[in-house]
Amino acid sequence: MEIPYTVQNRPDTGIYNAKLGIWLFLASEVMLFGGLFSAYVLLRAGAEPGMWPHGWLNVTLGTVNTLLLALSAITTLLAWAACKVREFGKFKFFHACTILLALSFLGIKSYEYHDKFIHYEIALNDGTFADGHLEEKSADFDLKKKTGTVTLLGHIVTDRKELMDLRTPEAKKAEHKPIEIKAADIKKMQNYGPWHNTYTAIYFTMTGLHALHILGGTLVIFYLWGPGSRMWKTDPERFTNRIEVSGLFWHFVDLVWIFLFPVMYLT
Amino acid sequence: MSESEKPVTLEGYYKLCKIIFGVILLAIGGMIWASFLPHFGWPAKVAIILAIAVVNAFCVAGYLMHLLSEKKLIYTVLMFTVFFVIGLFGLTLWAMTDFPTGTAVH
Repeated sequence: MEIPYTVQNRPDTGIYNAKLGIWLFLASEVMLFGGLFSAYVLLRAGAEPGMWPHGWLNVTLGTVNTLLLALSAITTLLAWAACKVREFGKFKFFHACTILLALSFLGIKSYEYHDKFIHYEIALNDGTFADGHLEEKSADFDLKKKTGTVTLLGHIVTDRKELMDLRTPEAKKAEHKPIEIKAADIKKMQNYGPWHNTYTAIYFTMTGLHALHILGGTLVIFYLWGPGSRMWKTDPERFTNRIEVSGLFWHFVDLVWIFLFPVMYLT
Repeated sequence: MSESEKPVTLEGYYKLCKIIFGVILLAIGGMIWASFLPHFGWPAKVAIILAIAVVNAFCVAGYLMHLLSEKKLIYTVLMFTVFFVIGLFGLTLWAMTDFPTGTAVH
């Protein structure tokens, strides 16, 4: 059975079915991310004065990831254009670039997540706060039994608000050095995972969902680049339309990042 | 006729992509520059940065997604989407100050 309108445009819509399908899907995706962005606005506007973090993320890594996604959007477009002019070799090259750029993006994102999971804020019994990256835990470290020690590469502050804005001159001057803390001196110890505060919760939710979209898109592009490209020999026009549809999804993922980057990293 | 139905040349797309990538680079640089502007409050910085992000998004949607020359049906779908997204944001913002009668506000 032949599936209708995979190549020819439908007379009533003026486009082939998959294209209408992907635009309807992207509309639903706009609502999904729109809901999360509005949740972000709500959380940020509702935060107590001085308690919304600034400068917690590495702007250099975020910028590199933005460039990687922008480049991948361009290679995706060129892959489609190569199909249109029947240059299959160039299509293979451009989409291989897209896949490599996408994997690089995910690699950097994983590194950033790992950095947050080994970053700890420790409330001490004397009312101060130790903040920094985990260097070492002694073998007998047990927070419940109050045994052992933990070593952070960081600094100690007296007010938790000092940890919120890392772009102030005072925060930049802070000297980070190894601090050994006894378990008996610890009141509460928590890493910068999604449970840490509303900022990390919305950061992990939004960037995590975005990363899942990148992963899904990469798998589809990989399929079309690899086993799925057999269709080129039998139905190149339909294959080109598949590349266009997957490209539209990829550009949408890039669009989401265009707003995620400034919202999370720069403001 | 949509962009995808126009005659395509790779050279034409190379040229377009160079321009778009240049604009994206400028936009990224502009956003980072704006975020470090001294003597500007956060609301002003956020407004500048988001304005640049919108320009960046326009380039991607308009040229890379061919939205500048698409079919009417797709514009219709997007108009509905924009309407509902504005509603979504509007309701959320409205709800921020809408407390049920008799509830304590801390």
